[in-house]
Amino acid sequence: MADPSTADLAKQLADTQTSMNLMWTLLGGFLVMFMQAGFAFVETGLVRKKNVAHTMGMNVFVYAIGILGFWACGFALQMGGVGALSTFGGDATLSRELIVHIGGKEFGLFGMKGFFLPAALFTAPVAATFLFQMVFMDTAATIPTGAMSERWKFLSFVLFSVFVSTLIYPIYANWTWGGGWLSMLGKNYGLGHGHVDFAGSSVVHMTGGVMGFVGARTLGPRIGKYGKDGTVHPIPGHNIPMVVMGTIILAFGWFGFNAGSTLAGTDPRIAVIATNTMLASASGAALAYLTSTLKFGKPDLTMICNGLLAGLVAITAPCAFVSPGAAVAIGAIAGALVVLATVFIERVLKVDDPVGASAVHGVCGAWGIVALGLFANGTYGDGLNGVAGNVRGLFYGDNKQLIAELIGIGANILWVAPMTVLTLAIVGKLVGNRSRAEDEMAGLDVPDLGTPGYADDVPVSVAEEEKPAPKAVGAAEMAS
Amino acid sequence: MKKIEALVRTHKLDDVKEALGHVGIHGMTVSECRGFGRTHGKLEVYRGSAYTVEFVPKLKIEVVVPDGMVHQVMTAIVEAARSGQIGDGKIFVTEVLEAVRIRTGERGDDAL
Repeated sequence: MADPSTADLAKQLADTQTSMNLMWTLLGGFLVMFMQAGFAFVETGLVRKKNVAHTMGMNVFVYAIGILGFWACGFALQMGGVGALSTFGGDATLSRELIVHIGGKEFGLFGMKGFFLPAALFTAPVAATFLFQMVFMDTAATIPTGAMSERWKFLSFVLFSVFVSTLIYPIYANWTWGGGWLSMLGKNYGLGHGHVDFAGSSVVHMTGGVMGFVGARTLGPRIGKYGKDGTVHPIPGHNIPMVVMGTIILAFGWFGFNAGSTLAGTDPRIAVIATNTMLASASGAALAYLTSTLKFGKPDLTMICNGLLAGLVAITAPCAFVSPGAAVAIGAIAGALVVLATVFIERVLKVDDPVGASAVHGVCGAWGIVALGLFANGTYGDGLNGVAGNVRGLFYGDNKQLIAELIGIGANILWVAPMTVLTLAIVGKLVGNRSRAEDEMAGLDVPDLGTPGYADDVPVSVAEEEKPAPKAVGAAEMAS
Repeated sequence: MKKIEALVRTHKLDDVKEALGHVGIHGMTVSECRGFGRTHGKLEVYRGSAYTVEFVPKLKIEVVVPDGMVHQVMTAIVEAARSGQIGDGKIFVTEVLEAVRIRTGERGDDAL
């Protein structure tokens, strides 16, 4: 038997590496998918028991709607023009981006290949990309269900989520991850590596947070949240153990979210990313503990949970580019910020966000993007977005990277906020967004879904026409 | 002394509590309960099968007041708890023979 040639060995090695990268990316995607359970638990724990089925229902159904919307349209708009998938063997199936030329520069607006995942395009690299990007989109789509909970008509939620998965999320994701104009700011204008967001502080979390904030504001506060004179009435969540369990599930899934975003198990950076992720979650919880103790007199457990999540949201963008000390600092600032922002949104802006999603995902997502522009230390990211050299933030000598990050934040708000207003206006015209007052007061479980989340063993009777005939008890039976 | 027992919609608790505060009532007992009246519950559908929730959740608010306050307390509850729709609830008034504040041993109206 002839010895394999060097070329054969090189090909086998490359194929093995591609397989490892596919495995790693899929594993990350599976972990992120499980974050849906974390969101379901956190959100449902923070609402009242009369809205349990409704909130859980939104969290499971957004997953299904999201997959179909992303399959039909969202994936093509987001990734249709991304070009060669370098960690998956350079598969170049997704090759068509709508580009406009302004002043001799290219501005990618959205992809145009992959609608309904045609069989001809369905290579293993494309399939893995679809699955991975889909669960990230789902994370963004499920964030508003918390901010808008306890008063959002189920049908309106369904229609809104179709728009999120087909249009609102994919466009911004294309600009940052799909080869669009935000990612080209470095190549076109010398702004660092363009808008860099490693795993989605802006693409996923800000998008979700901005939709949640605008949505909560559009729906208006829950009945009884604010007194006639504007006093704030607390509405405590009904199940703190659920909130804690959900938080831990989310923190677990986040390892897939951040470390998976290398799209490469062969990239040793995954260890750095996972550890930075862990560190930021800890300092986020610690500072939320301190801030809530100083502000309220006692540590607030729901704030500790939100602080842990805020640290995770903030480290999501910079996780691959920063030192461990910076990760701790980024999480810590997020932990303090989330407490202050939650109180500010509730008491000053008077926007009723029952779970604090606007603060956790919106505010701390934006902070994570800024943090990348400050703390990126020049040890990773060579060649990212077509720019040579590693990614450096302001503290490591590149102030232009920070400018690109700020443009990314501005673009997110300017795209997502008006689109949310417009979508809710359209959906509101069609079916109405806000639940009827009497349904809201009774709890949305039964009016919207026909069954309470926690059914009591209360006597019920079937409707007259379906009632079985009463069984006659014969004398013989009684005697025996 | 009279005991006023008001069965009201669950979300009316804050309104009733506030209205009672305005007429000088600062103590009350509240319990979750279920019941039905002339309307016999609500028809719902679960997995395609119709069923009736015969016992609708309500709150029972109990206050014991000196005889002279009965009228204004009842008026306050009615105004706060009424929506005009079926299912607003009922108020019952009964005679109370004695009251004792356990800590001090005070009796009668002094114990209220």
